[in-house]
Amino acid sequence: MAHITKATSVRDWFDQRIALTKLWNVLAGQYWIPKNINFLWAMGVILTVLFTLLFISGLLLLMYYKPDANLAFDSVNYTIMKEVEYGWLWRHIHAVAASVIFLIIYIHAFVGIYYGSYKKGREMIWISGMLLFLIFSAEAFSGYMLPWGQMSYWAAQVITQLFGGIPFIGGALVEWIRGDYAVSDPTLTRFFMLHVCLLPIVIIMVIGLHFYTLRVPHVNNLEGEEIDFELEAEKYLKGDTINSKVIPFWPGFLSKDFFYVSLFMIFFFYLVSFHFNFAMDPINFDPANAAKTPTHIYPEWYFLWQYEILRGFFFDIGPLKAADIGALAMAFAGISLLFMPLYDRSDVVAPAHKRKGFFVWFWLLIIDLIILTVYGKLPPTGFNAWIGFFSSVGFLVLLLVVLPIITIKERKANR
Amino acid sequence: MSIQKQERRDFIGMAFGAVAAVGGAFALVGMKKSWDPLPSVKAAGFTTVDLSPMQPGEFRQVEWRKKPIFIIKKDENMKANPSRDVVVGNENYIVTIGLCTHLGCIPSWSASDKMFKCACHGGEFNSDGMNVFGPPPRPLDIPPFKIDGTKLVLGEEGPEYKKLVATA
Repeated sequence: MAHITKATSVRDWFDQRIALTKLWNVLAGQYWIPKNINFLWAMGVILTVLFTLLFISGLLLLMYYKPDANLAFDSVNYTIMKEVEYGWLWRHIHAVAASVIFLIIYIHAFVGIYYGSYKKGREMIWISGMLLFLIFSAEAFSGYMLPWGQMSYWAAQVITQLFGGIPFIGGALVEWIRGDYAVSDPTLTRFFMLHVCLLPIVIIMVIGLHFYTLRVPHVNNLEGEEIDFELEAEKYLKGDTINSKVIPFWPGFLSKDFFYVSLFMIFFFYLVSFHFNFAMDPINFDPANAAKTPTHIYPEWYFLWQYEILRGFFFDIGPLKAADIGALAMAFAGISLLFMPLYDRSDVVAPAHKRKGFFVWFWLLIIDLIILTVYGKLPPTGFNAWIGFFSSVGFLVLLLVVLPIITIKERKANR
Repeated sequence: MSIQKQERRDFIGMAFGAVAAVGGAFALVGMKKSWDPLPSVKAAGFTTVDLSPMQPGEFRQVEWRKKPIFIIKKDENMKANPSRDVVVGNENYIVTIGLCTHLGCIPSWSASDKMFKCACHGGEFNSDGMNVFGPPPRPLDIPPFKIDGTKLVLGEEGPEYKKLVATA
């Protein structure tokens, strides 16, 4: 055991027992952040704040929500919305945060792509981040079905049916996932378990991993400059803070982050107070009805691009059925960005505007994703179906063919 | 313990690994089974429909295992289709699970042009339940059934069902 002496202060008492100062220095006080980064690097802290908001508002909703197919709809739409004091506020915070968190996740991820933050030593940051995106997708979907409205019911029906496309075991697998022959009470209760218990625990663990992966390679910067963090940190600690290229996470960087978080929170509570409806589908205010499908089914906006890839392939190609190609393409789209470090064959770490081919590719990808998102909401008939088809193919070609080609060229040109 | 005794520790490690693997396998089986449909859910898997009151050309929707079942009694204008029709007495019926084979939405019966149309992704099926347009990969599924006089018992595989599935 360590040699314990009489404490000279409260802090010293804790320092002797749990090395508080050391921990603080590792986590914040001497965790070094480059100086040349801008507001786009604040997204991580905004996401942490949003997740905290989701967690707290979720706990308050959980106290009145009833995970029972007969009670769920009224427990949300009557009890929480009308009876519980401020219940409407927790619900709107939860719904708006669930929607907006995806917007920030997308910005966070595409900043990473733009600045090449997924490669050369930073692969684990990217991979753990994409894992978080996947688990968040499962979390969003399992939560979406809990109010037991028409749209959430049929979303659950369609998404669980997707597993039926797996050869041989598909049908049995769908029944196993649902716990019944159709989406019903057992399905609701198990998705409730996933949404409020298992997935949040996994998310918190992966967030911990995601933070940890930053510790060794550190965050990227606006120029993609390779900084010797130990050398720069030494300079800073010696008092040469002006010439040092780094600042400590606290108080330097975080104080700037708090400023952006404050701006964001103004925007966020403006949405919660005045525009909460964008996160609420009108069809979901009808109770679930297993005997009638709504005429037009679509997911929340943040899944539209994947949904459009699912239905983009609307005709059979040779022996392959349209439905199977679509399901495969969507399954791939869901995990595709995880493999960014593999598609990019060049080891240049620089912002996209300093990599000509990559720059064009980046904006083509963004445009393609916007087209997929817009057409994912429109009925898939006639001309729309063809736009869906070409933009779905475009997504796959951009990632799997174009990106490797331009980055191999870039690598060769650099030699 | 000296380093020469390493094989003893290896043995303990492997023995523990074996115990953990067996225990883990049993735990996985238990977890898998907890997610299976409950006995009460399985027991409710039978539905009996009396077909005798149906009029020629009539469309009817019943529920079986929480899924919609489409039943059409064919009239003289609708051609018999030996690979799809369920024959009860002298009458031909179409009996299908009313879930689009694409992603499981419920298509609606359009009596005017005798088609099932799925609003979700534009799939269309003719009155025999054959997929004629859009993404559905196969015709509407035929539920397992048994014929009992003029009654149709859904959920049990009778000889007529086995024959029909063999030809389809």
